[in-house]
Amino acid sequence: MNINLTMIGQAIAFFIFVVFCMKYVWPPIMAALQERQKKIADGLAASDRAARDLELAQEKSAQELREAKQQAAALIEQANKRAAQIVEASKDDARKEGQKLIEQAKAEIEQERNQARDALRAEIAAIAVAGAEKILETSVDASKHNEMLEKLAAEL
Amino acid sequence: MAGSASEYIQHHLQNLTYGKLPAGYERADGTVLQETQWTLAQNAAEASDMGFMALHIDSLGWSVALGALFLFIFRLAAKRATSDKPGGLQNFVEVMVEFVDNSVKETFHGKNKVIAPLSLTIFCWIFLMNLMDLVPVDFLPQLFHLMGLEYMKVVPTTDVNVTLGMSLSVFALIIYYSLKVKGVGGFLGELTLHPFSSDNMFLKILLVPVNLLLEGVSLIAKPISLALRLFGNLYAGELIFILIALLPLWAQWTLSVPWAIFHILVITLQAFIFMMLTIVYLSMAHEDSH
Repeated sequence: MNINLTMIGQAIAFFIFVVFCMKYVWPPIMAALQERQKKIADGLAASDRAARDLELAQEKSAQELREAKQQAAALIEQANKRAAQIVEASKDDARKEGQKLIEQAKAEIEQERNQARDALRAEIAAIAVAGAEKILETSVDASKHNEMLEKLAAEL
Repeated sequence: MAGSASEYIQHHLQNLTYGKLPAGYERADGTVLQETQWTLAQNAAEASDMGFMALHIDSLGWSVALGALFLFIFRLAAKRATSDKPGGLQNFVEVMVEFVDNSVKETFHGKNKVIAPLSLTIFCWIFLMNLMDLVPVDFLPQLFHLMGLEYMKVVPTTDVNVTLGMSLSVFALIIYYSLKVKGVGGFLGELTLHPFSSDNMFLKILLVPVNLLLEGVSLIAKPISLALRLFGNLYAGELIFILIALLPLWAQWTLSVPWAIFHILVITLQAFIFMMLTIVYLSMAHEDSH
């Protein structure tokens, strides 16, 4: 157990090692540790924020869904109303058309009846003339008595 | 075997010493030195005759090698240090660094960039040096014997020079920070005006020598106790391993295994104590409480 220069040698080695550790070992490791701490803290904060964002988004989507449903309901109602209107209008139109057709037909009928009456009248006039001829035994000059015949026909 | 037991023990406790022998010194092999010479000691007597001008090559070699190993591993981890997912080595190094950092923060509340790396160096280095104690006692000495070196003590902390070298460095730091933080006057005041103090000026002066004696002793005791505690524990442990090695081969493991297991605790604890006391002493040096 001799005390000798070894002590000083050890002290020098100690000094060098401590300086090396202080300069090249401690700072990078501490820096990495602190950076990781910061990263983890940031990550936790970000996840918190994301959770909050998600909640907000869910709320918003629910609300939009509700609005969309309401809109759709309104649209359907509107469409129903419009369809009813259209049906009503077309019913109206059909009725009018029918009326018109009926009137037309009536007018045609009237016309045809008139024509038939006219033809009948003319024939009756001719028959009357022929009858009168038979009676008078002479032929009646149709053109001479046309005026009289026409008057007669008009009286019919 | 019984006759050579003490020789065996002596041999194991002798450092490989390189030192200065004076002119006219008669060496163990009978040669007489013509002039003062630096040489390897051939036996214990020569080593002690070298006096202060001698180096324990083995202690220094192993301690520097182990310190370099510690710094190499930690530097490797520091270079690759990433704040992303750490690898195995970085995990281990980070655990050590955080452990030391927490120990420092719990005890030392000032601002000092030196103390934490200093503590890390102390803990890891002393742990590695102590760890050499668990290498079977004849393993490395025998290996070096085959290489032609007569003496080889592989546990640097069983050399009081090594522990003293470290504790005196710590002592120098204590003095340095005491002077830096408290100033020369403050430090001298701390040494001379406490623990006994008086309002009477005359009494105060009378109490100075008493205080100086008490505080001086407690100050000097710090590095001495630091060095001797570590040295004593490891020296005793090593001695017991050597004694166990003297037993018949079949009986050795019954004692050496329990002792080695117990010693794992001792070497870690001693490294930790050295580190903690260093932190405590330096934090006391920073406190301006008196």
